[in-house]
This record gives sequence, structure tokens and C-alpha cells, in this order.
Amino acid sequence: MTVHNAHPPGFAHQFEDMQQQREADSLGMWVFLLTEIMFFGGLFASYIVYRALYLPAFEIGSHQLEVRFGALNTAVLILSSLTMALAIHSAQVGKRRAQVAFLITTMILGAAFLAIKFTFEWHHDYVEHLVPGFGFVIRPEWGAAGQHVPMFFCFYFFMTGLHALHMIIGIGLLTVLTVMAHRGRFTPEYYAPLEVSGLYWHFVDIVWIFLFPLLYLIGGRYPGAGH
Amino acid sequence: MSTATMDVPEVPTGSRVNYLNAQYGVKSWLLTTDHKRIAVLYLVSITLMFFVGGFFAVLMRLHLIEPQGALVQPETYNKLFTMHGVIMVFFFLVPSIPATLGNFLVPLMIGARDLAFPKLNLLSWYIYVVGACFTLYAVISGGVDTGWTFYTPYSSSFSHTSVIPTALGVFITGFSSILTGLNFVVTIHKMRAPGLTWFRLPLFIWAIYATSIIFILGTPVIAITLFLLGLERLLHIGIFDPAIGGDPILFQHLFWFYSHPAVYIMILPGMGVMSELVTCFSRKRIFGYSFIAFSSLAIAIISFLVWGHHMFVTGQSIYAGLIFSVLSFLVAIPSAVKVFNWTATLYKGSISYDAPMLYALGFIGLFTMGGLTGLFLASLATDVHLNGTYFIVAHFHYIMVGGAVMAYLGGIHFWWPKITGRLYPDGWARFAALVIFVGFNLTFFPQFMLGYLGMPRRFAVYPAEFQVLNVMSSAGASILGIGYLIPLIYLTWSMRYGPAAGPNPWGAKGLEWTTPSPPPTENFEEIPVVTEDAYDYAHSTVTRG
Repeated sequence: MTVHNAHPPGFAHQFEDMQQQREADSLGMWVFLLTEIMFFGGLFASYIVYRALYLPAFEIGSHQLEVRFGALNTAVLILSSLTMALAIHSAQVGKRRAQVAFLITTMILGAAFLAIKFTFEWHHDYVEHLVPGFGFVIRPEWGAAGQHVPMFFCFYFFMTGLHALHMIIGIGLLTVLTVMAHRGRFTPEYYAPLEVSGLYWHFVDIVWIFLFPLLYLIGGRYPGAGH
Repeated sequence: MSTATMDVPEVPTGSRVNYLNAQYGVKSWLLTTDHKRIAVLYLVSITLMFFVGGFFAVLMRLHLIEPQGALVQPETYNKLFTMHGVIMVFFFLVPSIPATLGNFLVPLMIGARDLAFPKLNLLSWYIYVVGACFTLYAVISGGVDTGWTFYTPYSSSFSHTSVIPTALGVFITGFSSILTGLNFVVTIHKMRAPGLTWFRLPLFIWAIYATSIIFILGTPVIAITLFLLGLERLLHIGIFDPAIGGDPILFQHLFWFYSHPAVYIMILPGMGVMSELVTCFSRKRIFGYSFIAFSSLAIAIISFLVWGHHMFVTGQSIYAGLIFSVLSFLVAIPSAVKVFNWTATLYKGSISYDAPMLYALGFIGLFTMGGLTGLFLASLATDVHLNGTYFIVAHFHYIMVGGAVMAYLGGIHFWWPKITGRLYPDGWARFAALVIFVGFNLTFFPQFMLGYLGMPRRFAVYPAEFQVLNVMSSAGASILGIGYLIPLIYLTWSMRYGPAAGPNPWGAKGLEWTTPSPPPTENFEEIPVVTEDAYDYAHSTVTRG
């Protein structure tokens, strides 16, 4: 295997030059995100089918959720996308300490999202017997629609759980990036790992932007809000 | 295939550093990131799975020699056809050509040193192996009896077999396909050699590109569907089981949204191999290059719009059925375009009947039969009669075995000298191709008749009047089985004892034939510059070895 000594750090042998590598990395992530869209897409499609079939049950289910925490988490995630973008910008202009600071902020915001999700929301749901398969109780006040409320919660936990899994993977990526940034691996010429991880992070953010209204905001929660 | 004059002086395989002898030892193989070595790893693993899946088929055909069943209990029979289907579809056919020949040839054909993401490539092989282990575990732990389609609610609520490990194995293996597809798309877009424009690419690359699109867009949907199925089975939450509020038709929609395009995952790479074989052994430029290239993309796109033709009789609306029927007829057009163009390429060509060409000619006939019988099934009225019979079994085996496996074997025979640097005994290879062709037709043609007469598929017993045709089919299956063992033997033999192949034993065009056999680890000493169109045999100075 030929050793390309003349090339900058981070250069992989199979490429001709740094630009080709950067373009390949970026296209690779876009293609991966296409796969992710189809992955979540199957789930969204099933959600839409059952929401159309059992709208009253889905509205009852949605009303059990803590919309305040969902809204707070939306804000946290959007903020984290901003700090992620700022971390990439810092790499482009060659500011190492700012890179590390913004990456750590992004990680903290991501962790805050998960903490709110697990402790205030999922734990609360568990206590309230709203977890299908783990002692779900169908309440009499839900009436005839009640029997399909577990299906809403099934989708709720599966969709937010899959999203949370993506967040955890994202935080793992950020940990590696932070170490790399700290060691000064990124330069204005080479910051592709940062850039493609940023794409991923924004994607996970956008998935939540769709999940939040689909799960939390259906069926007119407040009086006079068009119900 | 005698060794004679070459453009490049012939060097004995042992004395030159190539990808096979650059490093030795198990570790150098298990940790390799060389696309050629990963292709060989895939070749070994899918060959193993092919013979496991084939073993179940042999047991099934033995059982069906007698109307009351000769061998196993009906429950066991259900497991046999399920495991045959699961292993052959997900662990052999889907990865077959893309993961072996595709992995080996994509960088060589486009003049690159490796795929864009070599470590990801190795990871996808490991994912495949882990998925295969889960499924083999399911086989050992008692098997699974749902059919390879995992239809709910039987699979989620009633079956007492190893549904979860099997589904998990298929789920995991899906990610290996996705990563392979991703690697190919990026590599083909970004790493073509200077001068190699899109319309100079070999048609194999176009076919692999179209396949990769289906990998990327289709596979995640089956993954999520199987996950929902597992969830329903584990937690008894109604998603697909109507008794607890679910919708079994939704499962079928999601399943076929992937699994119909998956049929094209299996056949498109085979079509790509065909374009290479037909041109090389006719000594002619391909007829209608751009038609074949675009027909691959057309097949990939239309394949996503026809899934409903699997559900004409399972409760979807009649209007949906009408539209899916029309769309299914549409997908026949690009497929027929390819067959016409291959035939037109043969016309006035200087044809030689080497082993790869025998497979290619077999492909044209068998694929045409498989394709035309598909139109019977795409028509609403005839489908009502033929659905769920052996007619369907025969139809998709003509495509999957008569098409995909023939092309795979043709491709393996064509590029074997490049992969191993050795020649195999030509006489044996031609003999095996004929045995496979005869065995195949004897196995599956009677099944068309059985299906038309009304014999349902997936039953362990059948009325006595069907016995003659069933015995014919079983006899054919044993011939076919022997036909598959012969190449296994002489190809293995050739790795050690075969004469050295030289860089271009067929006198073929294409960048992969300009580098030594086996290629060096970095593929090309210098990245080539391409100045001519693909298959420029008319102006070729390359002679056969």
C-alpha cells in the first residue's frame, strides 16, 4: 500500500486528494440520512394509518403527555443544533478552544434532552401505568376509544425511543469529536468528521421537530384552540 | 482456454505481490479493509449459506416424492420451506452479486484504489455474519415456520417457533446491505478515474448503482417492519394482529414495499453481469448502451410502485389492485428492453461458447420465461386462479434461480481468473452449465403445470394425480443439486492446481482486465485515464489468451 506522506493528517489512501475525500464523506452522510428517512418513514406511515383509524384514542393518548416538557425539549434541541453549527464554524476559522467549548455545550444540551425525556416523561408515564406491556391500565373515563390508547403509547415509546437512541449515538460521536478537537485534529482544511456529524445531529433534531406536533399536539389540547 | 500471448508479459502467480499473497494468516483476512479480500470473505460466507438453504430444498423435494409425504411431519415441512426461503432470499440472493462481484469489481471497473469507505465495507461483512449467526441459531433451536414472508398475525401471535431470532437475523443483515449500497453509491459518484464519464461506465456499474438505490431506500423499511413485528410478539401490543386492534394488511404493505424491490435487488446485478458477458463473448459493442443503462434506473424506480401486486387477493381495495396491476405491467418494459438489447448484441456477433456465455444464454431464455409468466400474475383475473399455487413458485424460481443464480455463476466463471489468478477446467465448466440448465428446467417446468392445475404451494401433502409431475420435479432437483456441486469442486481445485490465468484470458474490455490477475492490493500501479467508450471491441487490439 502506497504511503502518501505529502498529504495532510486524516487523509485516507484510497482517495486522490483531500477534496475528493471531503466530497465522498459528505455524500456518504447524505445517503445515510436518506436511509434514516426511510427508516423513520416506515414508522411515520404506520402512525398515520392508525391515527386515521383511531383518532379519538390517539387524542386521548396525546392528552396524557406532558406538553410542557416536550416544548422545553424542542427548545433544547434547536439550541443544540445552533451550538453544533457554531462548533463547525469555529473549525472553519481555526479556533480550537471555541470548537471544544461548543462541542461540549452541544453534548450537555443533548444529555439534558435525554434527562428530561427519561426522568420527567418516561418515568412519569411508568408511574401512571401508561407503558404498554408493562402494566398498562386502560382507564374507564376514556370510554370506547380506550382500548386503542395502548397503540398510541406503543408508537409514542417506539418513536421517541428510536429518536433517543439516535441522540445517544450522536452524543457518542460528539465525545469522539471533542477529543479529536482538543488534540487539534481539525483545521480549516480538514474538518469533515465534524461536518458530517453535524449533518447527523441536525437530522436527529429535525426528526424531533416532526415528532413533537405528531405526538404532543393532536386533538386541540386547550379550550377554544379550534376544537 | 490455453495460455498464450498477452499484452502484458505473463508472470507466474506466486512471484508477484498481489492482494492474495501480500499478507498471510487468518488475522490478515479478518481485519482486512481491501475490497477484494472482503469480496472473497463474502464469497465464502454466501456459498456456505447457499448450500445450507439448498439442503432444505433437497429435503423438501425428497419429501414430495410421495403424495402423503415421504420424509417429515407437516410441521417440519413448514419449517423446511421457511428456512429455505429465509436463507436463500436474505442471506444468499440479496448479497450474492453485489457483495461478492460488486465488492470486487466496482473499484476495479471505475479505476479506483478501493471503495470510498473500506472500514465500513468490512463492518458490513461482520454485520452480515452476525445476522447469519442469529438465523442459523434459529435453525438449530428448532426452526421457524411462518414462511419467509413472516405474515402477521400468525408470526406475531400464533407461531410457537423461533420467529424472533430469525427476524432479528434478517433485521441485522439488512444493515449490511444498506452500508454496502451506501459505499457503492458514494464510490461510483466520487471516485471514477479521469475520463470515465457516466456514459463510459460498464453497464455492470449502472446495474449495481440502481441496486444500491434500492438497498438504501427499501431495506430500512423492512427493518422497521420486522422490529414492529418483534415488538408485537414480545409485548402483545396490537400493531398487526386484528384481535388486539392492529391491521395485518398494513404489515403486508410494509413488507412488500421492501420485498418487491428486493426482487430487483436480486435480478438487477445479474442483468449487469449479463451485459458484460454478452458483449465479451459476441466480440461486439453492446446494442443500445443508454437504453440498458436507463432501464436499470427505471426498474429501480418502478420497483417501488408495484408492491400491491402481491396483495390482489388479500383484501386491498379493488382500485388499488387495478393501479398496481397496470404499474406491474410497466416494469416489464425496461426488463424487455434489456432482453431485446442483449439479443440484438448477439446478432452478427462473433459468438464463442465458453462457460460464462453458456450461463448467459441460459439466463436470456429462463429470465424471459420467468418474466412472461410474471405478466400472468400481474393480471388481476388470472392471478385469482394462480395465486398461492406452484405457478408462483415456478415463476419466481425462473427469475431467482434461472435468472439471478445463472448470472451469478456466469459472473463467477467470468471473473474467477481475475479473482484467483487461475484458470479452471473449461470442459467441466461447460458440462456443469448444461447440467444446471437441464436440472433447473426439469425441476421447475413441471411446477408451472402443477400450479396451473391447482396444486397449492406450502403443503406437505398433495392429491395422488399430481405425483408424476412432482417426481419429475424432485428428479430435476437432484440433477440441479449435482450441477451446483461440480463447480464447487473444480473451482476449489483450480485455486491450487489451475494454470495461471494472465491478466486478460478472455480478451475482454474494461479496466479490471488491464491490471494483473490477481490484482495488486492497490489495484492499479497508476490510476488509468479512460479515453474510450465501454465495450469498444470493434477497435480492440486485445486478443484472447
